Amino acid sequence: MSALKPKHQRLVLVVVAMVALIAAALLATWALRNQASYFYVPSDIAADPPPPGQAIRLGGMVEEGSFRTRADGVTIDFVVGDGEARVPVTFSGIVPDLFVEGSGVVAEGSMRGDGTFVATNLLAKHDETYMPRELEDMDAAARREVVAETE
Amino acid sequence: MIAEFGLAALWLAAALAGLQLLGGFAGLRPGGERLAALVRPAAVLQALLCALAFVALLWLFARTDLSVALVAKNSHSMKPLIFKLSGAWGNHEGSMLLWVSVMALAGGLIALIERRLPERTMLATLGAQAFVGLGFYAFLLVSSNPFERLPQPPAEGLGLNPLLQDIGLAMHPPTLYFGYVGLSVAFSFAVGALLTRQVTPEFAKVMRPWILGAWIFLTLGITAGSYWAYYELGWGGWWFWDPVENASLMPWLAATALLHSASVLAARDALRTWTILLGVVAFSMSMVGTFLVRSGILTSVHAFAVDPERGAFILALLAIYIGGALVLFTLRAGTIAEGERFAMLSREGALVVNNVALSAILGIVLLGTLYPLLTEAFDVRVSVGPPYFNPVGAIFFLPMLVVLAIGPLLRWRRDSFERVQKPVVAIAVVALAVLAGVHFIAGVALLPLLGMALAAAVAVGSVMPLAGRSLRRLPLAVWGMVIAHFGVAVALFGMAADTAFQQERLVAARIGETITDGPWTITLAAVEPVAGPNWTALEARLEASYKGGEVQLARPQARSFWTPPQETSEVALLTRWNGQLYAALGGEAEGERWQLRLWWKPFVTWIWYGGILIGLGGLLALIGRVASDLRRRSARAQIAVRRGEVAA
Repeated sequence: MSALKPKHQRLVLVVVAMVALIAAALLATWALRNQASYFYVPSDIAADPPPPGQAIRLGGMVEEGSFRTRADGVTIDFVVGDGEARVPVTFSGIVPDLFVEGSGVVAEGSMRGDGTFVATNLLAKHDETYMPRELEDMDAAARREVVAETE
Repeated sequence: MIAEFGLAALWLAAALAGLQLLGGFAGLRPGGERLAALVRPAAVLQALLCALAFVALLWLFARTDLSVALVAKNSHSMKPLIFKLSGAWGNHEGSMLLWVSVMALAGGLIALIERRLPERTMLATLGAQAFVGLGFYAFLLVSSNPFERLPQPPAEGLGLNPLLQDIGLAMHPPTLYFGYVGLSVAFSFAVGALLTRQVTPEFAKVMRPWILGAWIFLTLGITAGSYWAYYELGWGGWWFWDPVENASLMPWLAATALLHSASVLAARDALRTWTILLGVVAFSMSMVGTFLVRSGILTSVHAFAVDPERGAFILALLAIYIGGALVLFTLRAGTIAEGERFAMLSREGALVVNNVALSAILGIVLLGTLYPLLTEAFDVRVSVGPPYFNPVGAIFFLPMLVVLAIGPLLRWRRDSFERVQKPVVAIAVVALAVLAGVHFIAGVALLPLLGMALAAAVAVGSVMPLAGRSLRRLPLAVWGMVIAHFGVAVALFGMAADTAFQQERLVAARIGETITDGPWTITLAAVEPVAGPNWTALEARLEASYKGGEVQLARPQARSFWTPPQETSEVALLTRWNGQLYAALGGEAEGERWQLRLWWKPFVTWIWYGGILIGLGGLLALIGRVASDLRRRSARAQIAVRRGEVAA
């Protein structure tokens, strides 16, 4: 490099920086397409199931009467529905405080081959002001149906 | 009265900012000297008025004056005083007032003490500072008035979100804001230099303490925020790639790059335009971060303000300031003369690699943070998390660490492979030894493995500049560099070790039951109800022993607050030098059992020790720089006095 004609140095630096930044941008775009975890509601999963093991987020209403705790005391099973389709969910961990039947939930995790969603994290409504972004739209559209269903 | 007084002070300050802008730019033209003379007093007075307005707000919160809407919405007479005060900035309006106040204080400080820059650049800088300030005054006064009164004061306030009733959180937003807003000074300097086309080493030296100051606050703010999320959220993680975390990381990345490029400009008069561009980018990232957090565009765990009108306002401010500065940069960059040249194998060369890598990581984080917002416009909802950020970021971060280990050993301008061969081989041997050792003993995933090896390399490389030098006569700035770089190694080792070796147990335990988690044996002795000033809780008493040693108590709680009603998990931490036991209490399970989530997290605390070391390194460098500036100033003053005597 030091043998380079000095008057070109600024140009060389600009080109090196540009190449690195463009490479970063391309890499990021490619990775985003593959690594972003998409948001599904149960009817999306029924229509076009994601491949097992792929990280996704599942949002919907926890169906009344579907909540079971297994014998180990820390694994729970419940069903998430959106009025059209239902997905069984299993989760091991401490359940968020405001996670109750009949309320909304967003679960992070992936589908298992048998059609069960294995959640690694549950994002329930944290308090009256915080709600996962996906649930906000969800409520307007789906709550009516869910309420109609559960009443 | 206090509220009206605060509001009046704020309006006056805004008017002074208008005057400062006018004076600053009139001063750049011939015949504008009289207006220009007003710029410095306007800046100082503006700072005083803003400080008064902020004190007024603190006063209202301390007294819980419920006739003020903001106090009624965010405070409660039963709260401890410290949380009453922190409530003043734990909300949208108050935090924007803090932002504006810090910005005005920074402007006032420059006006008072900075004497090295050419007068024209100084005027342009203060004008730019006022220009940015005006937008935020408008935002505050038009759409976020913190002093608004309620026609019917309620009998009691609504309280503060319990997640926010924490001493860590009380200090977190101000720390970050000092960082964000400190970068506005770098931005104003950059705009000032572009307007007058004076980009010199002297300019970099003037800008550097401000960058350093802002960067120290950002470093400590991010470190504290990470620890806060770690123990407050109860999920055992220390970095979630949450958009709000990214909002503070992006300005830090830009500021880190700027700090290093400003060093090149100061020491060697190279990288002129690049430093200016980074000055613009760094504060732009602060504003993007504020937009993300304050507009409610993303509703994440941290984002408590939801208001699209405000979002549109901040977006307009972003477009004007970032767009304007970038247009100015494009117009003027070509007219700034090229700086000194250097060989690629040199200190400058290493710092260029550092800058390019940091910029690439910044771009990656920015894209990943904005991507969910972009796809949402097309009705596709995605979230972007660790599977994207970790590997993609690592592609640029890991090579940067290699250069970080070696770069400080290189000489300015030009160096040779032969001269640095020995230390480089030594560093490589250490890294490879750690790599092989960890791989064969523990069998660890690739990223943490590389992380540990590079942590060792950086640790060794960072202290090498001390070799063969008199430690007592070493300048503080060099000490700062060594300590900050060593801090990077410490933090990196903590991250890698925790990722590789953490052990988690999730159980439902009966009273008296004993659980093992890694080297720990933990007995659930009791679960009892306890009460605090504004909460009640269930508290588990865990008797924990490390490798059969002395029994220590851990008391995790599941807390219920009543103003506003909300439940939180208070984790218990047992800290050793080599890691932490992290315990969270869940709910009751069938058969009189209690859910417990336990983690043994080896070396996890090193993450934050490292962050503190990085900040400390910055502080030493800052003290060193300011002290040597002062010495030079007094030396110059003495020369001036002597000259005066001779003349007399």
